[in-house]
Formats: sequence, C-alpha cells, structure tokens
Amino acid sequence: MQFTPAKTITFAALVCLVCGVFVASAAVALKPLQEENAKLDRQKNILSVAGLLSDEVLADPAKLKSTYETRIKPTKVPMTSGGCDEANALGAFAAPAGNKAKVAMIPNCAELFLVTDAADANKTETIILPVEGKGLWSTLKGFLAMNTNGVDIKGLTFYSHAETPGLGGEVDNPKWKAQWSSKKAFKAGSAAPAISVVKGKAKDEYGVDGLSGATLTSNGVTHLVQFWLSAERFGSYLKNFKG
Amino acid sequence: MSSNKEVLLDPLFNENPIALQVLGICSALAVTTKLETALVMSVAVIVVTMFSNLIISIIRNMIPPSIRIIVQLTVIASLVIITDQVLKAYLFETSKQLSVFVGLIITNCIVMGRAEGFAMQNPPLKSLIDGIGNGFGYSLVLIFVAFFRELLGSGTIMGVSILPLASEGGWYTPNGLLVLSPGAFFLIAIFIWILRSYKPEQVEAE
Repeated sequence: MQFTPAKTITFAALVCLVCGVFVASAAVALKPLQEENAKLDRQKNILSVAGLLSDEVLADPAKLKSTYETRIKPTKVPMTSGGCDEANALGAFAAPAGNKAKVAMIPNCAELFLVTDAADANKTETIILPVEGKGLWSTLKGFLAMNTNGVDIKGLTFYSHAETPGLGGEVDNPKWKAQWSSKKAFKAGSAAPAISVVKGKAKDEYGVDGLSGATLTSNGVTHLVQFWLSAERFGSYLKNFKG
Repeated sequence: MSSNKEVLLDPLFNENPIALQVLGICSALAVTTKLETALVMSVAVIVVTMFSNLIISIIRNMIPPSIRIIVQLTVIASLVIITDQVLKAYLFETSKQLSVFVGLIITNCIVMGRAEGFAMQNPPLKSLIDGIGNGFGYSLVLIFVAFFRELLGSGTIMGVSILPLASEGGWYTPNGLLVLSPGAFFLIAIFIWILRSYKPEQVEAE
C-alpha cells in the first residue's frame, strides 16, 4: 500500500474521530453514575463523622440517602466580612502566607453541616466542619464533628488523602479515629485551639496519640485542625453557636 | 510460527514482561500495597492490552508507518480513559485508591511494547491472545507482590486480618519496609531470582 501525505492525514483524522467519539460517549454515558457515586461518598463521610453510619445504613444506598436528608442540614458560614450573599458566595481568597496547615485558598463562604436531633428537626446535635491541610505527601481533606457546646470534639474523619499506607495512612484506622471523640478542642477561656496530635501517648484531653512512623502526617493533622478551629475560621462561629 | 497456546502461556513464565523484560515496574510498585487494588489494576491492564492488541492488529495494514506510534498511543489512551471512566462509575471505592495509576496504564511499556512488537505483525486473534497472555503475566507478578506486601506489611489479605497486629492486641509487628515502594523492589527481585533459578536460560549473558 502506498502512503501519500494526504492518505496519512486522512487516516490520522479518522483515528482521532473514532477514538474521540468512543471516549466522549463513555464519559457522557457514565457521568450520572459517577456523580451519584461522588455524592454518595460525600454523604457517607458526613454521616460517618456524625456517628450515624451503622452497618444497616451502609448496606443500603436508599437508606443512606434518607438518613442524610432527614438528619443533615447544610448551612453556610462566611469566612470574610463580605458574608454569604450571592455575589460573594462562590469566590475564595488566599490564606495567610506561611500558615502551618499550608492551606492555599479559603472559600468566602464555607459550607458546613448541622446534624439535627432525631426527634426534633430544629434542634442541632452536632456541627460538622470541613477541614483540609497538608500532611506528608498530600492534602488531607476531611470533616471534624463538634459538640454544640463548641468545645467537645465528637470525631474526625478524612475522605481524601494519599499518605503512606500503614504509616500516615493510619489516619483511617478506626481505633485512632475513635480517640477524637473524647477530646476537647479549646481550653476554658482561650480562643486558641488547644487540641493537638502529640508524640507517643496522649496525656490529657487536649492531645491525641501520635501515629508511629508518621510524625509529619501527625503534625499535618494538628496544623489543619488548629487552622480551621482558629477564631478567624470556624472558631468564632462555634463560640456563638447556641443550640 | 508459534501456536495460540504458546502465545497465551509464554508471557506467564517463559517471557514474563516484568520478570524477563523488566517492563512496567513503575505501576507494579505503586498499586501493590493492597491485594484488592492490585487485582483491579490487573483486570484493567488485561482489558487494555487485550483490546489495544486487537484493534491495532485489525488496522495494522492501514496504519501509515510514519505515524504508527502515535496511532497506537491514541488507541491505547482512548481505551485507558474508557476503563478509568467505567471504574469510576462501578467501582468507586477502589478507583479512588488507584487514583492516577489507572490513567498511567497509558505509559505502561507493556501495552505499547506488545502493540508495536506483536500486534503490528500478527493477525487479530493471535494478537488478542498475546494481549491476554501479557496482561496475565503482568498480573501474576502484581498479585505475587501485593499478596506478600499486604500480608507482611499490614497483616491482612483483602482487608481481612490474618496476622493480628501488635497495635491492636495481637502479636504481629508489621514490616514497615514492605508498605513502602522499596519493599516491592525486593519482592520483584525475589520473584525474578526464583524464576531464573528454575529457568537458568533466562539469565542474561555477562
């Protein structure tokens, strides 16, 4: 077969067209399923940190959805003076340079989640704050659950990270995560967050056991939790929160 | 001309792409900390090598030689994207753990090596079988490595606890080296060592 430049270009165009059609149709056809998965995953993580994720709920997506809808109430909190009005809500601003959590951007308007009481939908049981910050390799993204008194921590869970499996990846270990539920975020009378991941065993209710072999991930968790709990971020909201 | 059976089975031990040709090492390190991710990755690679070999072989006489590599790459890349999309839709949890490595199948030398080295010269059926064989050859090493890394590194198999960890009240202190990438190098080396002791003809001449 003779390959003239015209034939070569035609062939290349044809290959691109055929491949393009296949890739595009796969992407379009599967998009609803993927979005559903991502949404479900997010809801699962919120329910998990809220302590509402029983095996029964986990096994049945419909139940997961209904639990989420009845118990979780999303709400918005302004992170700047601009507030959460429409013009401002979608933007973000640069985080203070050199912050220890290595956060780059802070949304103008942060979305957090209130867990309502099973019996009374107007009563809030738990406040769930989105948190993120750098660990060793990756940005850890997760949720921190706080008691409505604004001081007691109820739980911490990460839905996305790429820390070393077996070392920093132990932030997913249920035993380690369980410790958070008995800790306090602030010392009485102080606005600065007191909670931290310590080296070795924790001595008081403001410390969480360090992850052995993962000092940098442990420090990352400390920094990111303190960053988002500080008065400039969610701290003032927590302070003002009343039932 | 080799028989179909040889084409299928040779890549497992006689011409294993990782052990003999030492191709595709990069992803073999990245996805083998857990057996489950290794299995899904294996299936993904088998599917991609299989179809890329088939498609390239069907159009092999039409591909202008001057642009054959880029055509192969286009076909492979399309297949990989489709595989990634399917995983995200149906195996969301695992695809999250595999993250970028599914996309990196494109750069896996095994896929392109077989397209260029086999499918360009052989009829479709034989190329399809060659694709499956090489995919399995790759999977074999991946699963071997992942089995030992997960067992000795985390004390589990498929997430089920086999060796109770000391940190959870058991007796086993996990080997931290095996969860890190160098652990995979040692295991691949051991695999190659065993294979070459058994088949001395695979040892390269000094």
